[in-house]
Amino acid sequence: MKKNAGNVPEHPMENLLRMDRIPHIWCSTCGIGTAVSCFIQALQNFDYPLDKIAVVSGIGCSGRIAGYIKLDSFHTTHGRAIPFATGLKLANPELKVIVFSGDGDLVSIGGNHLIHAARRNMDITVFCVNNFIYAMTGGQCAPTTPTDANSSTSPYGNFDHPFNIPLLVGSCGATYVARWTALHIRRLTRSMQEALEKPGFSFVEIIAPCSTLYARRNRLGTGLDLMKFYHDNSVIQHGAPLESLDIQFQKKIIVGKFIDKKRPTFLEAWDQYLGKKLGDKFISAEKGIRAA
Amino acid sequence: MKADPKGVLTGEHYLDGDHACTEGALAAGCRFFAGYPITPSTEVAERFSARIPHVGGIFIQMEDELGSMAAVVGASWGGKKSMTVTSGPGFSLMMENIGLAAMMETPCVIVNVQRGGPSTGLPTMVGQSDMMQARWGSHGDYEIIAISPASPQEAFDYSIKCFNLAEKYRVPVMFMMDECVGHMTEKVVIPNPDQIDVEPRRLTKKSPKDYLPYEPNEDLVPDMIVAGDGYRIHSTGLTHDERGYPAMKPEVQEKLVHRLVDKISKNADKIIELEEDQTDDADVIVMAYGITSRVTMPAIFKARKKGIKVGFIKMITVWPFPEKRVRELAKKVKAFVMPEINLGQVALELERVVSGKAGVHHIPHAGGWVHDPEDIYKVIVEAAK
Ligand code: SF4
Repeated sequence: MKKNAGNVPEHPMENLLRMDRIPHIWCSTCGIGTAVSCFIQALQNFDYPLDKIAVVSGIGCSGRIAGYIKLDSFHTTHGRAIPFATGLKLANPELKVIVFSGDGDLVSIGGNHLIHAARRNMDITVFCVNNFIYAMTGGQCAPTTPTDANSSTSPYGNFDHPFNIPLLVGSCGATYVARWTALHIRRLTRSMQEALEKPGFSFVEIIAPCSTLYARRNRLGTGLDLMKFYHDNSVIQHGAPLESLDIQFQKKIIVGKFIDKKRPTFLEAWDQYLGKKLGDKFISAEKGIRAA
Repeated sequence: MKADPKGVLTGEHYLDGDHACTEGALAAGCRFFAGYPITPSTEVAERFSARIPHVGGIFIQMEDELGSMAAVVGASWGGKKSMTVTSGPGFSLMMENIGLAAMMETPCVIVNVQRGGPSTGLPTMVGQSDMMQARWGSHGDYEIIAISPASPQEAFDYSIKCFNLAEKYRVPVMFMMDECVGHMTEKVVIPNPDQIDVEPRRLTKKSPKDYLPYEPNEDLVPDMIVAGDGYRIHSTGLTHDERGYPAMKPEVQEKLVHRLVDKISKNADKIIELEEDQTDDADVIVMAYGITSRVTMPAIFKARKKGIKVGFIKMITVWPFPEKRVRELAKKVKAFVMPEINLGQVALELERVVSGKAGVHHIPHAGGWVHDPEDIYKVIVEAAK
């Protein structure tokens, strides 16, 4: 077995983790850790030079993911991971750019960027950890909090309606849309790999337990109890109509792959369209000089 | 390094300041633009969108200014010189990621063609009232560089300067134009590419093993990398150590924030550019920037004709403020006069630096039009008494 510097057997994911930053900040039984393991496994299966992969996060518990991945990684501002990733990808098209962040970051404060990146078919992969709550700030209501769920800013229960995220990104034009829970590690890993391999705007929603805040506040037991809940209540339904994917408090969760299609990415459209219009005079983005 | 010929439209042109600014950016090597339309700056974006497919690069019209600025920071890390353009209301939205650019030490240029504010204000009419916002509009302590052009030719020339300084100091540079300069049309001479100096990115020469992304050089600026070059760095908007790792410690904060400020203030002599005229034996010195520096000229000529010893300082760089030079002059002159199209933003700094050693006469203007030179003349006469 391969040993690391301390003569301890090397963890099979060590090459992709910033081991000098471990222990991480996440609570035990938090679902983010599972999402990260699946991601690393997917990266190891993904046939792409690791030096050419970059991870971008926003703010929140899931926003800390980029900081633990041993690739070029950027921890940006709240909600702006997608536009940051957009700039990164367009400036350096040979990069595979992954946005890994949470529901509040991507769907609330970053919602406008999310729908426009999907519309443009920006060539990035987005992994969205949905734990139904703003966890980093102490468990406030999010636009993903199910109706009736309790949070620190909906102390009498949430009267509001949550987003159906696959419907949102699917209707805006995403080329790959899937949803899994933190329980479905094999399927999630496979789905993440598919999303990475997919040209264009690919999106995977990962329903994950926030054991410390969401579970405790709603008396749902421990992280393990939530995994049991996912086990008993998730229904795999590939290709399910996006409208049927609403999430209700402690009701069944439809998971699976809902969209897998092809359409030109932003850069393909740029090259094809302008190439046609300008003929010989067109110089593609890739040929533009670097800063040095 | 000399300019990439593909971006340089050598020759004599008749351009407005907005168009000239775009040509300067292209000549400087800018190959990525993300922005959102806003009067009176939109022409910069329009020209970039028309020109860039002929040069090689990207123009993207983003969904808003928050996203525009974030994309500019991302593109810079992707290895392209990058810019955005806006005016007051959009400038406010960009502040979030201007702070990120300052914290991540990301070279980029933000053009603000200023109009009257606050809020929606005077969309089509001139203002210079975002000068303090340019300096401190994002939260926290940091320093940026701000430059103001006074003509379309300067919009071209100093646009290049903005990109060069952004690379040299790894800092967001604000190109503080104004509606008048943006929309006035004059002759602009664009030189040959081999006559244009451009600053390359300061890429590290170290191996990934030895490289620390936030380890400063002697000039307090760290060397950079481009994402995808194999360094596998981490960069964050959180307070971070030299490895780029978050470090929630007062000592780390102290060191980092001081360096972000010092890398500009301690290099101020190298950054600041002023045009001085007859300041050596002046009794009164007028200081101005942007369009106001031109409006001031008739007042100065008239005062000189009347025998008043008036010196003039045209500020090309507004931030960092020319503290050292103003302190020297304050010992010799009776008073400074500063007209600006706001209610006293840069004048406040002038007053602080002069700190009672000479008079400071501010000439406020709320915006919508330039000063009447006669009003400036009257204040010069007053100041000379
Ligand atoms: S607060 Fe919730 S989401 Fe954040 S690390 Fe803890 S369990 Fe995970």
